[in-house]
Amino acid sequence: MSANLNPPAGAGPQNPAAGAGPQNPLATEKDALEFGLKPDEWQHVLKSLGRTPNLTELGIFSVMWSEHCSYKSSRKHLRTLPTEAPWVICGPGENAGVIDIGEGDAAIFKIESHNHPSFIEPYQGAATGVGGIMRDVFTMGARPVANLNALRFGDPAHPKTRHLIAGVVAGIGGYGNCMGVPTVGGETNFHRSYNGNILVNAMTVGIAPADRIFYAKASGPGNPVIYVGAKTGRDGIHGATMASAEFSDDAESKRPTVQVGDPFTEKLLLEACLELMATDSIVAIQDMGAAGLTSSSVEMAGKGGLGIALDLDQVPVRETGMSAYEIMLSESQERMLMILKPGAEATARRIFERWELDFATIGRLTESGRIELRHGGQVVCDLPLPPLVNEAPVYDRPHTPTKKRPVVLNVPPPASLGQALQRLMGCPDLASRRWIWEQYDHLVTGHTLQRPGGDAAVLRLEGRQKALAMTTDCTPRYCEADPELGGAQAVVETWRNLCAVGARPLAVTDNLNFGNPEKPEIMGQLVGCIKGLGEACRALDYPIVSGNVSLYNETEGVGILPTPVIGGVGLIEHFERSASLAFKRAGDAILLLGDTAGWLGCSLYLREIEGREEGAPPPLDLAAERRHGELVRALIEDGHVSACHDIADGGLLVAIAEMGLAGNLGAALAFPAGPAAHEFAFGEDQGRYLLTTADPDAVMQAAAARGIPMIRLGTVGGVALTVNGGDATSLASLRAAHEGWLPGYMDAARAAAE
Amino acid sequence: MKSAVIVFPGSNRERDAAAALAAFGAPPALVWHRDHELPRSDLILIPGGFSYGDYLRTGAIAAHSPIMASVKHAADRGVLVLGICNGFQILTESGLLPGVLLRNASLKFVCRDVHLKVETSSSPFTRAYNAGQVLTVPIAHGDGNYFADEATLKRLQDEDRIAFRYCSPHEGGSGNPNGSIADIAGILNERRNVLGLMPHPENAVDPMLGSTDGRGLFQSLVEALAA
Repeated sequence: MSANLNPPAGAGPQNPAAGAGPQNPLATEKDALEFGLKPDEWQHVLKSLGRTPNLTELGIFSVMWSEHCSYKSSRKHLRTLPTEAPWVICGPGENAGVIDIGEGDAAIFKIESHNHPSFIEPYQGAATGVGGIMRDVFTMGARPVANLNALRFGDPAHPKTRHLIAGVVAGIGGYGNCMGVPTVGGETNFHRSYNGNILVNAMTVGIAPADRIFYAKASGPGNPVIYVGAKTGRDGIHGATMASAEFSDDAESKRPTVQVGDPFTEKLLLEACLELMATDSIVAIQDMGAAGLTSSSVEMAGKGGLGIALDLDQVPVRETGMSAYEIMLSESQERMLMILKPGAEATARRIFERWELDFATIGRLTESGRIELRHGGQVVCDLPLPPLVNEAPVYDRPHTPTKKRPVVLNVPPPASLGQALQRLMGCPDLASRRWIWEQYDHLVTGHTLQRPGGDAAVLRLEGRQKALAMTTDCTPRYCEADPELGGAQAVVETWRNLCAVGARPLAVTDNLNFGNPEKPEIMGQLVGCIKGLGEACRALDYPIVSGNVSLYNETEGVGILPTPVIGGVGLIEHFERSASLAFKRAGDAILLLGDTAGWLGCSLYLREIEGREEGAPPPLDLAAERRHGELVRALIEDGHVSACHDIADGGLLVAIAEMGLAGNLGAALAFPAGPAAHEFAFGEDQGRYLLTTADPDAVMQAAAARGIPMIRLGTVGGVALTVNGGDATSLASLRAAHEGWLPGYMDAARAAAE
Repeated sequence: MKSAVIVFPGSNRERDAAAALAAFGAPPALVWHRDHELPRSDLILIPGGFSYGDYLRTGAIAAHSPIMASVKHAADRGVLVLGICNGFQILTESGLLPGVLLRNASLKFVCRDVHLKVETSSSPFTRAYNAGQVLTVPIAHGDGNYFADEATLKRLQDEDRIAFRYCSPHEGGSGNPNGSIADIAGILNERRNVLGLMPHPENAVDPMLGSTDGRGLFQSLVEALAA
């Protein structure tokens, strides 16, 4: 190596290039394009730096400016979302959102996607997605108490779908089960638009003392920068960039950019971090997730307005000969970066060594406003931080609104309501997910009051009377038909699911999964959905406190359905005052809350029975949603309600069947005059709930007092469903259809393999 | 009753076990796997989880932890030892119980309520139950498929050492969730002071969380240690 490759310490921006060398040559435009930057972004780098970066520096720029880290296509629109409420402690921008849930407790939660890796390598992709979101939550000082997820797979008939389901479900279980964090809820749906680009969104909810939240903002020049957790390897290099590009059909060639998870190490990291957090040692902490050491160090120092100097020779590595570029861009899992208070190193080291984890002081905070990296005794990177964190391009991409669809009228009736119900209950989007959630430990820690399969999971909090309710929801076919309405409906559906168990909805986290934002019609979907989300959140006092944007979900130019998944969290003041969907007692009255016009446009009935994916989705009345939800909560709290279920996909009769199967009790129903029976049974009108009660008069009066429509629909009892005294549909046949589809589908794969 | 719960790196149901013991008046001492000394205890509980990440083989590494030597000594002295789930796997790996736990026959992790038949009430862990009683208790494991050779199986049967079997509430149903031989869910050692079982009685003590059929096991321990 020649001498001029070793610049003096403190080399400034005028320096032609920090430590370029054979392993770290000056970058070219070709490199920049390969790293995912656009030609104009490369020009911006040159201009803002005033020189040509070397390869390590370019790598840092390209990940910090990637869609994944910079939100450059969505930022302008995300700014319009409501993020504040008196109970919000910390909104978007940190590792996760934080809300006050009373008694000195805070709930910390976030949802995040791991779509591209899960398509390439389903087990590891899904597992590390779960590991990553749990780190985001415990980084802030919370013990994770629950995991949820939202999954989208392609057409069940597609040859890859089984393999992807099997791998993703095993991966989610493999990681969460080992961590001892119950996986309590989620949703799974199928559509051919996900054939080449599945969605794996993972959500974690944690609990921390409200006065002991840990943030990423660094302070105190001279304070040590500590690396803890697993060693750094060559896995996942440039994962954030991969997550910011479309797939071509050679996606499998990207397998080396998928990380490998080790939940055992993460369990140790969790316990060690929480132990250290109970002492007064940490200034700031951030997990090494997407873009690894690069984003954690740049963001911590950048948020604090400071600089950071790292000696990469001190980074624990598990492979020899790793370059600075590889160390900085690695996305090896189960690693954390911390800034400690002066003198706290010995305490911290003792804790991490007891848990048999790596602990290394790899640098110091500085006042330089720069990131300076040394490797092999040379300066290999010397970049100013402001361009990395503040000057990432923000695009106002052109967007065209989605054309409104006509309202579908006069859908023909089925040969028999019972047969149509049977088909719907066994269709891929409505069939039981038991095969999935039985692979998740949903009971560990012993707080699960409502297990998967209900409207929302309910978990009691340790040592408290209160409980948290949580759910994930989105109806992509509505979002495709009308993004603004679909975005709002996703929020409202979580609201309804939380109200249906008796919880007061407090805040949401959002995972915006869309196609290529450079296409105006896709950008139009994103803009429309965000607008709808914002409107619903404002109308319901239900702010967004954290989230994630996943764009470029396209393969071979075909985009996914717009899928803005919402994770909602609500509070139940006393865990004994909540409701579940199962019918409880024969003789209870079944009441229907909300109006039914029999809206079949964009419904599952239209798709599954008529084979038509068309029509405008059902309209949404946000003010009515709020009134209806508040009434349901009040009725549950007063102890009037024996069962409650919101009406969603598939409509009223599907919801009745779900309540019947859960309680192993049938029902006799009388439909009112008005809409045709199949419209009443399967219409997807919004704002509706089914309630059962032993005291229908009191409940009807309460609704009337608030001017909310409610009718008596029938009575619980028997072992079948009957409508207007017609043919009975037995619970046994519904159960066979409902429980049979997914295991039968998955076992067919096994049978074929044997 | 004085109790201790052993914590290995990767244990994850130690809090569930501690909460159940506390509910029966015996809040346990939590003992770190690298300790050599056990606190004076009437009951040692090895909890569920993924000790050492289940790497190598479930329970195999934990069985060689320093604390396990003390657990063996205590068992030899007649102290009660209860291994649940991963704890059962550790007890078979350390030789305190015969047989092995294989991958579930389905090759999948499974978490759900199962039905268990109490096969014997003649042990300090099951004396509060009636033999033949059917319980509902959850399971959560990927490697619960108990296997033992024929001679061992015969001994277990002849010596009344099968504590629990999976069963179906319906005539002719199997109810076996993992393919274990002879539907075995839990077994005793010769001296009847060591019990290993795959299901989680500690998650079946609170009516708000479902079944309370696990209470009998803790009640048995309270009675046995008071006697």
